[in-house]
This record gives sequence, structure tokens and C-alpha cells, in this order.
Amino acid sequence: MTVQELPGAADAYRPTPPPAWKPRTDPAPLLPDPEPYRVLGTDAAAGADPELLLRLYAQLVRGRRYNVQATALTKQGRLAVYPSSTGQEACEVAAALALEERDWLFPSYRDTLAAVARGLDPVQALTLLRGDWHTGYDPREHRIAPLCTPLATQLPHAVGLAHAARLKGDDVVALAMVGDGGTSEGDFHEALNFAAVWRAPVVFLVQNNGFAISVPLAKQTAAPSLAHKAVGYGMPGRLVDGNDAAAVHEVLGEAVARARRGGGPTLIEAVTYRIDAHTNADDATRYRGESEVETWRAHDPIRLLERELTERGLLDEDGIRAAAEAAETMAADLRERMNADPVLDPMDLFEHVYAEQTSQLREQSAQLRAELDAEGEAR
Amino acid sequence: MTTAAVKPASMAQALQRAMRDAMAEDPAVHVLGEDVGALGGVFRVTDGLAKEFGEDRCTDTPLAEAGILGTAVGMAMYGLRPVVEMQFDAFAYPAFEQLISHVARMRNRTRGGMPLPITVRVPYGGGIGGVEHHSDSSEAYYMATPGLHVVAPSTVDDAYGLLRAAIASDDPVVFLEPKRLYWSKAQWSPEAPSVVEPIGRAVVRRPGRSATLITYGPSVPVCMEAAEAAAAEGWDLEVVDLRSLVPFDDETVCASVRRTGRAVVVHESTGFGGPGGEIAARVTERCFHHLEAPVLRVAGFDIPYPPPMLERHHLPGVDRVLDAVARLQWEAGS
Repeated sequence: MTVQELPGAADAYRPTPPPAWKPRTDPAPLLPDPEPYRVLGTDAAAGADPELLLRLYAQLVRGRRYNVQATALTKQGRLAVYPSSTGQEACEVAAALALEERDWLFPSYRDTLAAVARGLDPVQALTLLRGDWHTGYDPREHRIAPLCTPLATQLPHAVGLAHAARLKGDDVVALAMVGDGGTSEGDFHEALNFAAVWRAPVVFLVQNNGFAISVPLAKQTAAPSLAHKAVGYGMPGRLVDGNDAAAVHEVLGEAVARARRGGGPTLIEAVTYRIDAHTNADDATRYRGESEVETWRAHDPIRLLERELTERGLLDEDGIRAAAEAAETMAADLRERMNADPVLDPMDLFEHVYAEQTSQLREQSAQLRAELDAEGEAR
Repeated sequence: MTTAAVKPASMAQALQRAMRDAMAEDPAVHVLGEDVGALGGVFRVTDGLAKEFGEDRCTDTPLAEAGILGTAVGMAMYGLRPVVEMQFDAFAYPAFEQLISHVARMRNRTRGGMPLPITVRVPYGGGIGGVEHHSDSSEAYYMATPGLHVVAPSTVDDAYGLLRAAIASDDPVVFLEPKRLYWSKAQWSPEAPSVVEPIGRAVVRRPGRSATLITYGPSVPVCMEAAEAAAAEGWDLEVVDLRSLVPFDDETVCASVRRTGRAVVVHESTGFGGPGGEIAARVTERCFHHLEAPVLRVAGFDIPYPPPMLERHHLPGVDRVLDAVARLQWEAGS
């Protein structure tokens, strides 16, 4: 006998709504537009600041040259590995240029270029990948967190820093960068949730470059888009053409400004493509066809901006040559300095484990000292 | 001479007082975690802090341990001194990646440019009748990670002093709070709390001549009781309370073992791969010629932490300690 069949049960049953429950927010304003936002080649381009476009162009050209040079350095054994951002330069450059000096950048391992575009010495930016130390710069000095190798774990750091800055009354914004694969990690979820609950001044920039090493986005998520995930956290999501430097800069700029004035976090998905393999150690031909790569080459971020600038008469052959030459100078300097062997002190191994060395580490450093002395005498 | 009020206080009260005093002295000190605010923590260790210092200083976070510790990293990067609560030992596991990949390494990664003064409070260990995932002793995992300090108080005095030292430390400290000692009381003066030596110094809780019991945290009272019981039999046991597992105080431990010639390491966590193996090896390497017997270990069994109705069979008690002492081939009175 079921409950309904009990005598009188049907009369007694009164369905009631859960007490005092309603959705907290109307999700509609948080949803991204279905089409990635574009500026270049559209009417919106007329509103773009020519000076900004020229700055973006110079940085894009420099960034491409940087990617090519760093990849070449892996072939010469000067870098242990390099995860190229060729094809993604617009995201990297716009990210750097959207920030004020007091703001903080939280890059992933692929975002060396964002750090360089923010003004970091290219050699310092490559220390991790060369292997002479894990971080080649003082994060506080440049307000660039160490390049993060574990996926998405830097995102909660960005939230905590932005939250701390706000508590101190500083109008500092943190920009946290992550790839499409990183959005599957638990730390991505926890960071976005904390940021939204705390209304922390953070901007999350997802560079959807199509693949997490070899796994395509379709196997990474069933979400309509990565920007759609924002609605679940109660923050706005934006979709932008990641190869359109002007569009990325505009969308990021709006999100940074919104965060700065206390509006809380934003999730931005920049749709782009990784032209090179995951790193120089990866064989991309095993998981994608050349025709796919070619369609993206036709949508190259430098070409898009170059076309816009030349059509509007803001850039001519001389300007193009000047940008290329400046990039070449940077590459030559980088090559020369990276070809010098770094001077390493093995005793550094024990220097920065704790503020004060433990007695165990003092013993071990004495052991290494003795080994080094013996090596020196043997020579 | 002022006489400070000395009255019974619990370890939980001393820990709360330590955070309160640290927060009052330094506006950079922030407490965060699940339930630390209005509730005062499930063990009431953070009781009253949110009321006194506001929700920005003592913050109820979303329920996410990686998020709690990960945001604490960012807060420390901006100059704050976060004190995070993990609520229960096994609840800390989701935060392990943050702890191991970032908290422990940030100073090293940045060549000292970005130290992280974070205190991670972990109520730990068994004996309170907790259901699964509420009684683990995870110290071996923390000990195996360079860059972390690992401490465990066993007295009300040390609970206060060590937590103050942990919060003041420029390095990350995993602060293991023995749950079953939370309500243990001692005469204690909250107005003039004693200050312990900097993190890393063991203490001889009970001097003795015949053998050394090396222990820490919740096993310290067990060893003190065992030493008293053994004394009735004419055995004179020294009890060394490590207080700090990292850094490890070789000096105090080895000085004791050289005096007594015999040692037993006592802890709740599993023996295989546990802290006792490391301690026994260190003692053997340094005191071999002084030893009259192998260094023995009394540890929890090598099993997942048992259900509460069986935990008394797992936890090392007085009898098991005394059995080990007997296995040191004791010559009473010699």
C-alpha cells in the first residue's frame, strides 16, 4: 500500500514551496553574448584609440618574434622547454596592457609573453624554462606572480591578493590567466566561487586555444562555452575573439575597471588557437590536421591588426619595418644574453628553504661545501 | 610584583587567546576558514574573534579547503599573515596541492623574495570518537615536504606559546592541534601567558635515567602516565616532548638518549612510513655507541584510521608503551 492509498492521505497532502526560496540573481545579465566580441574589421573599430592600436601592434610583433626566438633557443639546448604562445599574442599583450602598474598579473606557464609585455626583462622571464632557478625575478617588484606550472592553482592566489588589497583600501586589480584545460581543475572552481562571494577585484582570463596538450575542448567540457560557466558563480561572463587585440583589450579593460570600482570579478573567455604544439617536446600532428591550423593562420592576430591599421592609414611600410626591426633588436639581445652560461652558486640550494636554516640544512650545506671544495682541489 | 590570575584553562582557550593576542598586536593577522566566524569553529577555538575583530579579520569562507589555503597564499603575497583552519585533519587533503606546490615552496621559488607567513591550523588525531575522516594523524605527509614547519603542542602553555610563534614566523607552519587535548586543562594565566622558545626546540617533560620516551602532541600525556606507572616498578623514564617535528631538535633528543642509552618513539600515526622511522634512524645514526637496545617504536597500526568503536585498540596506550619499555631488556635499578 503506497502513501497515496492510505485512507485520508490524499487530503492531508499539501505541496508547499520551500520557505523563502528564490534565485539570488537573474542569470540573464551574466550570460555571455553567443558570438565572441570583435572590433577589428567591424564598425566598432572606428571607436578604437589609434595610439593604443599602434602600441598593441608593436607589442604583437615583438611578442611573435619572442616566441620564435624562444623556440629556437630550445633547439640550441638553451631552454629546457618552451610552451609557445604563437597565435595567442593578442591575449598576452592585451592582458599586460590592460593593467595599471599597481595591478598584479598571475600568469600560467604559457604566459611568459604577458610578463614580458608588462615590462619584465625577457631573460628574467625565461629563468624557469632555462632551469637556472624557478623564478628569475622578484614578484613584488614587478607585481607579476611566479609563472605557475600546476594548472589553475594560481587563480586562488589572485583572489586572495585582490581581496587583501581591497581590505587594505588599495584599488589594486589582479588579473589571473588560465588555459581551457585549466578550467576543469578544482582550483578554477574554488577561485571563481571565492572571488564572487567576496566580490574580489579579479579578472579571470581563459585563453581557449583549443587544446589541453592534445585533448580538444569538446572532451574538456560540455558547457556551452567556458564563459557560460560564469553564471554559476554569479559573475558576468564575456566571450571575445582572442586574436583581435583591440577587442581583447577593450573587454579586459572594462572588466578591470569594473573590478577596480568594486563591481567584483569577471570571467572572460578569449577564443584563440595554439598555432605551435603544446611545447617543443609535443607532436601536434598526432591530434590535429594541418587544414585546421591553416584556417587559424588566416585569422592571425598580427595580420588582423596590421590590416586595420594600414587600411586606416595609421601604418605604412615604414611603420611595419620599424616594428619588425625593434623586435629583431630584442631577439638579438635575448639570443646573446641567453647564450651566456648563467653563473650558478650550488650553495643557493640551501639558502631559501626557510628564513633561518635548520640544523639539518646546515649539516647538509656543509656536506655540499666539502664536496665542492674537494672537486675544486681535484681539478 | 603583580600576581596574574592563574586558573584552570583549556588548550582550546589558550589557542583562542593566542590568535586574539596576535590579532590585537598585528593588524596583518587574519583568521579564515569554514565556520570560524559566528560559530567560533566546530571546536570553538576561534570563538569571539569575528565579534571582536570583525568579519574581515575572522572570515567564514566557502567550504573549500584548497580555496581557503589558496586565497591565503594570495593574502600573504600582499603582506597579510593568514591563520587558516582546516577543521579536521582529513579535510585538509584537498588543500595538499596548494600546501605542497605553493605554500611550502614560494620562499624557495622566489629566492627569498616572497616568503609566505601562513599558519595552517589542523585539528588532528584520534581519541574523540570521531567517525571516518575525523581522526587522521597526517604529520608524516607534512614532514616529508621541505619548506614547512610542523609543530604539535601537548600542553596548555605550549598551545599558546607555539601558536604565537607560528603566527609570528615568516615561514609557513602546519600547526597540529591534538583534538583530544582541546579540553585538557591546566593552571594558566591568560594575563601573563608564558612564551615558549622559538619553534624547533624539544623539551624534557620528565627527567629520567633508564630510557627515553620520544613523543609529541596527544601521546605526551600517555607517555607521562606510562612513566609514572613505570616509576612504581623502579623504572626511571625520561619523556622528551618534541613540540616541533620540523625543524627537528636532534640536540635535545640525542642528549637524552646518550644519557639513558635506550629509546622508544611513541606516536598515534602509522608506524610504517611514519615519523617514528625517521626519528629512530636519526637517533641510531647519532647515538649508536650509546645505545643498549634497538630504538623501538610504539605507533598506531598500519591501517586506515579505525571506526570509533575500535579506536582504543589502535591508539598507543600506556600498556603498549610499557610493553615496549620491557622489550628494551630492562635491568631495573641498574
